[in-house]
Amino acid sequence: MENKIIIAGFGGQGVQSLGMFIAFASIHDGKEVTFLPSYGPEMRGGTSNCSVVVSDKPVASPIIAHPDILIAMNKPSLYKFESTVKPGGTIIVNSSLIDDKVTRTDVKVLYVDANRLAVEAGNARTANIVVLGAYTKLSGVFTPEVMKAVIEKKFAKKPKVIPANFAAFDLGYNS
Amino acid sequence: MKELMKGNEAIAEAAVRGGCRAFFGYPITPQNEIPEYMSWRLFEVGGTFVQAESEVASINMIYGACGAGARAMTSSSSPGISLMQEGISYICCAEIPCVLVNMVRGGPGLGGIQPAQGDYFQAVKGGGHGDYHMIVFGPQGVQECVDLMYNAFDLAEKYRIPVMMLGDGMLGQIMEPVELPPMKDVSQLPKKAWATDGTGVGKGRRIVNSLLIEPDKLEAHIKHLEEKYAEIAKNETLYEEYMTDDAEIVLTAYGTVARIGKSAVHMLREKGIKAGLLRPITLYPFPSDVFLKTAQKDSVKKFVCMELSSGQMIEDVKLATHMLKPVEFFGRNGGNVMTPEDIVDFITKEA
Repeated sequence: MENKIIIAGFGGQGVQSLGMFIAFASIHDGKEVTFLPSYGPEMRGGTSNCSVVVSDKPVASPIIAHPDILIAMNKPSLYKFESTVKPGGTIIVNSSLIDDKVTRTDVKVLYVDANRLAVEAGNARTANIVVLGAYTKLSGVFTPEVMKAVIEKKFAKKPKVIPANFAAFDLGYNS
Repeated sequence: MKELMKGNEAIAEAAVRGGCRAFFGYPITPQNEIPEYMSWRLFEVGGTFVQAESEVASINMIYGACGAGARAMTSSSSPGISLMQEGISYICCAEIPCVLVNMVRGGPGLGGIQPAQGDYFQAVKGGGHGDYHMIVFGPQGVQECVDLMYNAFDLAEKYRIPVMMLGDGMLGQIMEPVELPPMKDVSQLPKKAWATDGTGVGKGRRIVNSLLIEPDKLEAHIKHLEEKYAEIAKNETLYEEYMTDDAEIVLTAYGTVARIGKSAVHMLREKGIKAGLLRPITLYPFPSDVFLKTAQKDSVKKFVCMELSSGQMIEDVKLATHMLKPVEFFGRNGGNVMTPEDIVDFITKEA
């Protein structure tokens, strides 16, 4: 098993933390992982992306040319990375912010109304967790229990936000 | 359970566990997580953290602290390391053990802030004036950063030489699972008979100095340094051979690029091309013997040297292999990083 994921969006959308949740889950599960963030003069509102490779074996290249899964949180990200996805791969589209449809026909596409579902979950800032739920279901790499354990651990110091994050995860998982 | 750590933070923690108790540095991207981490971590273990006024000041604080026997380090990135070169030359002449980290970014000049390997020459050939070398490591990932850094101070003190960790921006920023070693007991470290720590009173003067004004004395000192470097080359050279047993095309790279190369090796083998990878872990001393041995194998047709530069390590590869086989170059520059697919394309086009 090797799962290569590119996650991209605006800075502030939780793109990096979404990638880190997947990385933490890998460790929790005893899997190998690399999490490579883009770094640079970006800031809130600018573009942000990260590459995550989850594997049963030690990860060689952390650089991904053709991801198995692209998570596009905003329009520029979809435009930038759509063509790179491996044929037969998957694109998760945040349809709250992207009204375009994916033009490729050789990939699976999942449209997730992440921002609306986040509000429904009770916290508008959980759009990335909605998408994490969708990713968990779609990739089958992790069980929802593992992801929830990681969410609980990461928000241990802010237990008040855990219920909304769980709700967001479930809405994404079942979307 | 392993911990997920960023390269920069893991290097800092491994340094503390390896006995580092002082850090002097000046901020620069992409290594800022190291001083940030040290600023609170050293406080916890009774150490010293100083944000110096410049890199020139940082390296001279290292000279002073390590000359007095402390385990101190600094970290920076390319332009900052350039500013330290005078101090590094003095430190090497005065034989002061210390640890330096260079998370290389694109140069020359202020260049960019994305990953690069353009400081290879500076790190392994000198960089400052005069005849000297440091031990230089090119770790490929976060765990190797930890493993090498943990013992870097012991190594530096064994030979009274600076040890440099030569990474790149990617290595500093990447997060990977790591296992951290236990904290070394700094109270049990061997005493330094040469250090100007005030304990030599009445037993003769201890002088840490880099000025040897008499030609014969300086020549003798340089001879001594040469012998030390030969000893280090004999004892401390590290490398990794990856699927080279039956390889016809031997890729070679150091640091993060070697990992991209390993993915390329697998992709090439799937295409029926017998590829392998030879990775120097110590960049100085360079693992020349294994390169020559590999070049002498009948099965090996050529080497392909891959770097995030215009081609620097390739000169050592050519020297080490005596040019017995062709050495081709594939590089990216300016902060761009090749993908495994790029390497495969390069090799299949050449073939």
